[in-house]
Amino acid sequence: MSQSSSFLERIGFFKSGNVGESGWGRTLGVGLISLFYFLPVLFIIFTSLKPQDMALSVPPTLSPTSLFGLIPDHYVFTPTLENFSSVFSRSMTSGGAPEPTGFDRYFFNSIVIASTSVFLALIIGTLAAYGFSRYPLKGNDTYLFIILTTRMLPAIVVIIPVILMFRVVGLSGSYIGIILLYTAFNLAFTIWMMKSFFDELSTDVEDAARIDGSSETKVFLKICLPQVIAGLAATFVFGLILTWNEFLFALLLTGPDTRTVPVAMNQAVSSGGRGTDWTLLASIETLFLIPVFLVTFFLQDHLLRGVTFGTVKR
Amino acid sequence: MSTIEIRKITKKFGEFVAVRDADLKVEAGEVVCLLGPSGCGKTTTLRMIAGLERATSGDVIIAGQRMNELAPDKRDIAMVFQFYALYPALTVGENIAMPLHYEGLSAAEQQARVKKVADILHLGDVLDRLPGRISEGEKQRVAVARAIVRDPNCFLFDEPLSRLDVELRHSMRGQIKGVLSNLSKATVIVTHDQLEALTMADRIAIMRDGLIEQVGSPHDVFAKPANLFVGSFIGTPQMNLISANFKSYNNGKAKVTFDKQDVDIGVNHAVAKLKPGQITVGIRPRAFSVVGKDTKDTIEAVSELIEPMGAETLIHARTKTGNDIRVVVPRDKRVKIGETLHLVPDPAQTHIFGEDGKAVRA
Repeated sequence: MSQSSSFLERIGFFKSGNVGESGWGRTLGVGLISLFYFLPVLFIIFTSLKPQDMALSVPPTLSPTSLFGLIPDHYVFTPTLENFSSVFSRSMTSGGAPEPTGFDRYFFNSIVIASTSVFLALIIGTLAAYGFSRYPLKGNDTYLFIILTTRMLPAIVVIIPVILMFRVVGLSGSYIGIILLYTAFNLAFTIWMMKSFFDELSTDVEDAARIDGSSETKVFLKICLPQVIAGLAATFVFGLILTWNEFLFALLLTGPDTRTVPVAMNQAVSSGGRGTDWTLLASIETLFLIPVFLVTFFLQDHLLRGVTFGTVKR
Repeated sequence: MSTIEIRKITKKFGEFVAVRDADLKVEAGEVVCLLGPSGCGKTTTLRMIAGLERATSGDVIIAGQRMNELAPDKRDIAMVFQFYALYPALTVGENIAMPLHYEGLSAAEQQARVKKVADILHLGDVLDRLPGRISEGEKQRVAVARAIVRDPNCFLFDEPLSRLDVELRHSMRGQIKGVLSNLSKATVIVTHDQLEALTMADRIAIMRDGLIEQVGSPHDVFAKPANLFVGSFIGTPQMNLISANFKSYNNGKAKVTFDKQDVDIGVNHAVAKLKPGQITVGIRPRAFSVVGKDTKDTIEAVSELIEPMGAETLIHARTKTGNDIRVVVPRDKRVKIGETLHLVPDPAQTHIFGEDGKAVRA
């Protein structure tokens, strides 16, 4: 493909011969199914753009534009960005002056906590996975199994001892506490994912490097790591999505200063006794989608290779 | 001097013995092939020489120095791997330069050396490409280039041609042989392909189940197999191995019984020492002459399957009691299916293996 490809090409829309292989019919079919799956997200985004009183109107308004007259006027709403500004600042009592809601802080918290813990898990987990893959211990599989058991219990079962421990150690409500917890939770997944990637590599290349004069550190950093970038990307995105959306631990273990968006979202919507503010909720969700969406978007090429790794003959 | 020697080398993986008391000496400028079926320990032996595997016991001596405890990069060797083991993230040129980089050569010197080997192996056009973007044959040549770019003590090749198609394998065999003959280093090549071994090696070491069964020149291992395994392993089509009962030896002929046929077959005079008993007669498919009529020294068999191979024709024939015999005849010799053949084995190419499987030789 040429370097100067259009945006549509860059996001894979015109990737070499996709349509040619399967024909327009199938491509269209898949497009419709994708649209169907995308509808909830689209619904949230549209709701976030609606004036508050239209959120629950019957019949529902469906589109911000009439699509050149295709859609009858009473299904069309006038988009507004008011909801987004009220995410960060709005009046808490009816008729009161707008106050900051603290959501800028919560977004900052979510970004810091999720990315730090996923990065930490990626670093520790990749090193551990390399160790498990290249220098197996006696009873290697048992250790791996034990690591996986940490993810076998539902969060709700684990939460009580964790809360008690955090109380005793004084980690409740701190950044370090929640970051450590998320790191620990991501570790199991990271180790298993990355180990399978390292297992797939041909050890011949590493041996060749050893003969050429590489130290073991260089073998890991220069030979192995570059070959598992796809795996790192996939693990990072999966870990990020899990951590980004985590609610239960964040609810119980973060304080007012370290609150993450999912928790704050819940409180913003259910407080005030005025019923659920759907457009506000939709705006928070839309904003909340953006970081993960961007990360996934930029890593998607690696991601695709990551999740299909090993299924194709090299 | 660039030599490789292994003395009584043994490798155990837990209870499993991969290599047992292997002895081998490779002189400077000599190419030795380790040949054997898969799982016979030939690659393990090579990896022990390279230092990628630690010998359980025995010594690895390279250039006169015991190297058992030394790391691979301290042994001054170059190795070509079966799957080439190119660094996927580096270009072809960088791949070839890698060993020089570790040696600490200047960039200009690296460039010059890379260019030199790239010319020898016709890689000049692909130096800037990534390994994923070049053909199998080119990958193979890059792997060889990376090995010869330095001036190591010795070369190790692990199944260097197994991934190439037949035609490419043919030409690469010649190229590698040519390159090696100019370098006068001790070289060990591991292969399971006897044609590769027979064509490239100065000497062949045939391995089975961790044991070196025979070491000899390509000619010797073919003409004088030391035992049943070597006899059956070397040579295509495979040697006919017929169990027989040895009765007596008289004036160059051995009186044997098999398939209820009493046959006098010409053998070498060492057979005179043999006591009557069970033996195996090994006759190469090309060592038969087909004669017109039944005599005292013919073997009878009925042709069942005929495979023309171009210059020659391979006939699968069956004796009265159901033993298979493979016979190769010149292409102009017409044989029909169901025809009874009277076969006379060539005494010089008839091998007698005793009850212990060892060849009986003068």
